[in-house]
Amino acid sequence: MAKIRSVLYDQKVAPYVFVLPFILTFLIFFVYPLITTIKMSFQDVLPGMITPVGLKNYQKLLGDKIFRTAVSNSLLYTVWTLALLIPIPLVLACMINSRSMVGKEFFKAILFLPALVSVVVAGTIFRLMFGEVEGSLMNTVRGFFGLGPIKWLKVRETGFAAMVLMALWRWTGVNILYFLSGLNNIPPELYECSEIDGANVWQQFRYISVPLVKPTIIYVLTISIYAGLAMFTESYMLWAGNNSPKNIGLTIVGYLYRQGWEQNRMGYASAVGLVLLMVAMAINLVQLRLTGVLGGGEK
Amino acid sequence: MKRTIVITLVLTLVLSLANIDIVKASTTKFTLWTFIQQHARFYEVMTEKWNALNPDRQIALEATVLPYDDMHNKLQIAVQSGVGAPDICDVEVSRFPNMLMGQPQLAALNEAFEPYVDNIVESRLGIYSKDGKFYGAPTHVGATVAFYYTDILEDAGVDYRTIKTWDDFAEAGRKLKAVHPDKFMGVAETSAAWTVTALLAQQGSDLVSPDDQPQINTPEMLRAVTLMQDFVKEGIMTTCPDGQPDTEGGKGFVNQGNAACIIMPLWFMSRFVDEIPDMKGKIAIAPVPVFEEGMPRSLGLGGTGTVVTLTASDPELAAEWLAFAKLSEEGNRMIWEDLGFDPCNTALWTDTEMTHNPDNRYIQYFLSNPFDVLNEVKDEIMLVRSSSISPTINNYLTTTMLNELFEDMLDPAEVIEEAQSMIESQIF
Repeated sequence: MAKIRSVLYDQKVAPYVFVLPFILTFLIFFVYPLITTIKMSFQDVLPGMITPVGLKNYQKLLGDKIFRTAVSNSLLYTVWTLALLIPIPLVLACMINSRSMVGKEFFKAILFLPALVSVVVAGTIFRLMFGEVEGSLMNTVRGFFGLGPIKWLKVRETGFAAMVLMALWRWTGVNILYFLSGLNNIPPELYECSEIDGANVWQQFRYISVPLVKPTIIYVLTISIYAGLAMFTESYMLWAGNNSPKNIGLTIVGYLYRQGWEQNRMGYASAVGLVLLMVAMAINLVQLRLTGVLGGGEK
Repeated sequence: MKRTIVITLVLTLVLSLANIDIVKASTTKFTLWTFIQQHARFYEVMTEKWNALNPDRQIALEATVLPYDDMHNKLQIAVQSGVGAPDICDVEVSRFPNMLMGQPQLAALNEAFEPYVDNIVESRLGIYSKDGKFYGAPTHVGATVAFYYTDILEDAGVDYRTIKTWDDFAEAGRKLKAVHPDKFMGVAETSAAWTVTALLAQQGSDLVSPDDQPQINTPEMLRAVTLMQDFVKEGIMTTCPDGQPDTEGGKGFVNQGNAACIIMPLWFMSRFVDEIPDMKGKIAIAPVPVFEEGMPRSLGLGGTGTVVTLTASDPELAAEWLAFAKLSEEGNRMIWEDLGFDPCNTALWTDTEMTHNPDNRYIQYFLSNPFDVLNEVKDEIMLVRSSSISPTINNYLTTTMLNELFEDMLDPAEVIEEAQSMIESQIF
């Protein structure tokens, strides 16, 4: 008993005891599956039959046109979400944070509400909204302008737009919260000083708000890149399954799911997963370096 | 007070343990997974019947209903890893080839099926077998037929019984257009390949060659998709919401009376009865039109094969129960009466007491008797080959090829060439 006590109170050991739960989960649920995935990506995995195939899965992947579609879809989706989900929430957060804003809490709650809606429900609602029948919401809107109904989810541009719009609708509120917490940390004196010096609202936004919430922007950027590349459920729910017409909503994870589960090629799917990991890591490392988090780049 | 509680608790515990022992002595417990609520109910009823007939071999069935993807994914990983699989499981036909890859971790059912096979449509056992071993018990034949919406056809002066060939079909479509310009004669599916597969079978072709290779760029395929695309161009056929009748959007489309005809397997009857109530008394069933009279007018499509896993607690008993539930005459009667599927046991097709039972809700719904049609096409029900490459082929067809043909109206010859090479590049 005394021995255990002395170990737990030991200044050198105690920290490790505290981080142990994390280390264990990390090892069991991340490192172990990662190693197994690497192993499986060099194998043909079938029930009762596992055969090593060397680099075959990767060679196949290089020539796989549908995989290329999936990668370009995922990248395009990521770019779109970054382009929309950082500036719009940032501006909205500044507006909510402004002293002259009335009903702050109300807008915060309203804008955050979509994040609480399950993606399954959201996907179904968007699917119905963007339905191809004349009575669907979006086609009714077109009707107001005297335009005929279109098949939103069967055409690449409109289908993709629906997917991006759904992401925008769901995540704006969450990103606003991140930015608000960043903005709250900016001392109000800075705004007061700048006002005395004659700065207008735009100059305050450009020279005080943006530079001081930069760490938050970098954080949001990092998680958005990952979230964009790993997107699957949104597309799955929007098209009521993993198979969108002409693969317009197919993402890298969707392709992994299709190969691994729907076509039972676990080895090949492992290779797809590892490529996703490498792409995501490469982009994030470059981005973190450029923004100065990992040293180097502008400080 | 405390004492009483303690004594009660101990007594309860002892009694419940004793109870478990009693059950254990004579009852085998099986877990079963399915993705369809009605199937679970069916299995429970069949277990009651089994228990009544086999007092010394009682079965306690625990049926769990899981979502489609979830269930198949869980089963695949459980079978792959050898841990956590149920004793018995429903597997949908398009996922079945995955279960047969490598060395199937499923129990061969030949012995249990032996007493029943003579009366069962052979091709339905064939799709769930590998190397001469049966691994799945079929649920239905899935004979493909034409469902006609007679009201609007009558408006156009068309008698559905006179539609024998695709030329007749086109002619009827033109007459329909003259009366109802906003209605369509048929549906060109883009997210399923029912009609395309039927058109191939009529010409004696298939998506998979006998040596398990994809055959998409064939003259038969060109003839089939060109016909359908011409129909779409002329407004005789149309694409529907969600791409095919057996979807939310598709059923809505049918329920609104937009299509005078849909080509679907007979199990679509149950969708009509349960989910398209407005069409009651307005739908007639007939054989599928053909290119030239004399061609086979039906083929078996869709389906669910029920498997017994190698890790089952008592594979032999499970197999016997399964054969009783799904292949026996009694089981097949239930499959028709309860589920509304065309049973695989052909002996029943001529049992007029069952096939013309006026109290049956499926018989009541339709204008013509499904068994009359079944008996008419009995010897023309073609087999669709299912192989390990089928999931890849179906996926390309229902995501890309059919959309390019019937939504984008691309040149059929080029589209099927591209499809052939894309599918070949996807195969290992």
